[in-house]
Amino acid sequence: MDWTPLILTLKLSVVTTIVLFIISIPLANWLAYSKSKLKPIIETLVSMPLVLPPTVLGFYLLVAFSPSNAFGNWLDESIGLNLIFSFEGLVFASVIYSLPFMVHPIQSGLSNLSEGLKEASYVLGKSKSETLLKVLLPNIKPSLLSGIVLAFAHTIGEFGVVLMIGGNIPGKTKVASIAIYDEVEALNYAAANAYSLVLFVVTFSILLAVYLFNGGYIKRFWG
Amino acid sequence: MMQIDLQKELNGANGPLQLDVKLDVQVGSFTSIYGRSGAGKTSILRMLAGLMTPDKGTIQVNNIIWFDMAQSINVSPQKRNVGFVFQDYTLFPNMDVKEQLTYALRKGDDSSVVQKLLDIMDLVKLKDAYPKTLSGGQKQRVALARALVQKPRLLLLDEPFAALDRGMRVKLQDYVLEAHVLFGLTTIMVSHDIAEIYKMSDLTIVIDDGKVTKLGKPQDIFANHEVSGKFQFTGEVVTIVEQDFLLIISILIGSDFVKVIGSRDEVGPLKIGDKVMVASKAFNPIVKIIKS
Repeated sequence: MDWTPLILTLKLSVVTTIVLFIISIPLANWLAYSKSKLKPIIETLVSMPLVLPPTVLGFYLLVAFSPSNAFGNWLDESIGLNLIFSFEGLVFASVIYSLPFMVHPIQSGLSNLSEGLKEASYVLGKSKSETLLKVLLPNIKPSLLSGIVLAFAHTIGEFGVVLMIGGNIPGKTKVASIAIYDEVEALNYAAANAYSLVLFVVTFSILLAVYLFNGGYIKRFWG
Repeated sequence: MMQIDLQKELNGANGPLQLDVKLDVQVGSFTSIYGRSGAGKTSILRMLAGLMTPDKGTIQVNNIIWFDMAQSINVSPQKRNVGFVFQDYTLFPNMDVKEQLTYALRKGDDSSVVQKLLDIMDLVKLKDAYPKTLSGGQKQRVALARALVQKPRLLLLDEPFAALDRGMRVKLQDYVLEAHVLFGLTTIMVSHDIAEIYKMSDLTIVIDDGKVTKLGKPQDIFANHEVSGKFQFTGEVVTIVEQDFLLIISILIGSDFVKVIGSRDEVGPLKIGDKVMVASKAFNPIVKIIKS
């Protein structure tokens, strides 16, 4: 069995999750507390990947970043970034596509915290960012974990959007989910089964670990 | 001197409420704010701390302006150097007792104040405990210690003892008074408890419907001057039993029940739940040593 697609999937999921974690914290923080009129629009945009067919997103990304149009061309020429049929493009598309899975748990975790925690920290002279890092985030660890894991698992499960923007380049953009499709097309069921089984076991284990941790089972048995 | 002039439209329990409070507070004094629930007491503290913005008015502390609508000055809560003890303590669940106090330190502050406060508040043994394992009284002591770490000029207490039993209340009142004197604080406390206000404060403000209705020393505000009693206690009427032409009234004073006899004419229209003052002249009490 060729492990390259599985390794690529893993790499994509790890990088995507890290990028998402970094951008989702400020975004979720803003969404949780902002009273801006823009908020409903931003909220809608963040949630769109939940309902939009991945192919729609992939199609527009493909059009937007194609070197044959002005914007894609400018990106390529100015900073040498080509988002079409490249690993960077896969990461970019995955970040957008898995955004709600990271933002929503963090946002709801923050909204459910008592306002008093924030106020108590402000009165103690602590800035907004220090309060976020040292008081708010440490108190929503289960939400952070849910966000990380859901985003990670969801990226593993991507198909449409990575096929559209990544193409199917072995070793570069051919991730496991696409490899399965390929093998089935070629009637190579044994290989398809091997990939599928690995994805099944990996995602099952990750989700199980989260439920055990957030449900407090681990603490109950080994704490 | 602290000069406070606050106006704000609040959403009270009974519809909108216009808060309009003007008052001067002496530096180093202990002021209590008394009033019914929803009269706007907590809002006053929140505006002083900078957690709520008044619609109009000014807050000036020792000639430094914290808030002035006209000049659009509004010093952020971070910069006011206020100690605030919230009604529900608001301890940080992710930090143990010592960490709560250390977190409160400013950059470059001498950290020995943490140890000192742990000592004063009897928290040394609890320094590694997390909030969820603490009792109400312990949490309150941590909240108080945390509020004092930065040596604030102004200490704001929002019904700090409301959730505690009587014994713990009395103890904590002593802690607060000790800190008030030791740190030279100006303290403003919201309280429902007349006995507590009597014990602790120099100045009492009664707020009703967002307005100051009475202002003065607690004994002037709550005591009835027509009685020249030598002993005075305040309590709450628990039962009234009518026997022949007499009334037997049970009153809860602190944690003690006291039965008092009175007549309808003397007592007037009294009902269960009324706050009353019990006074006695000095000629018939029994004095007994309970601890020497």
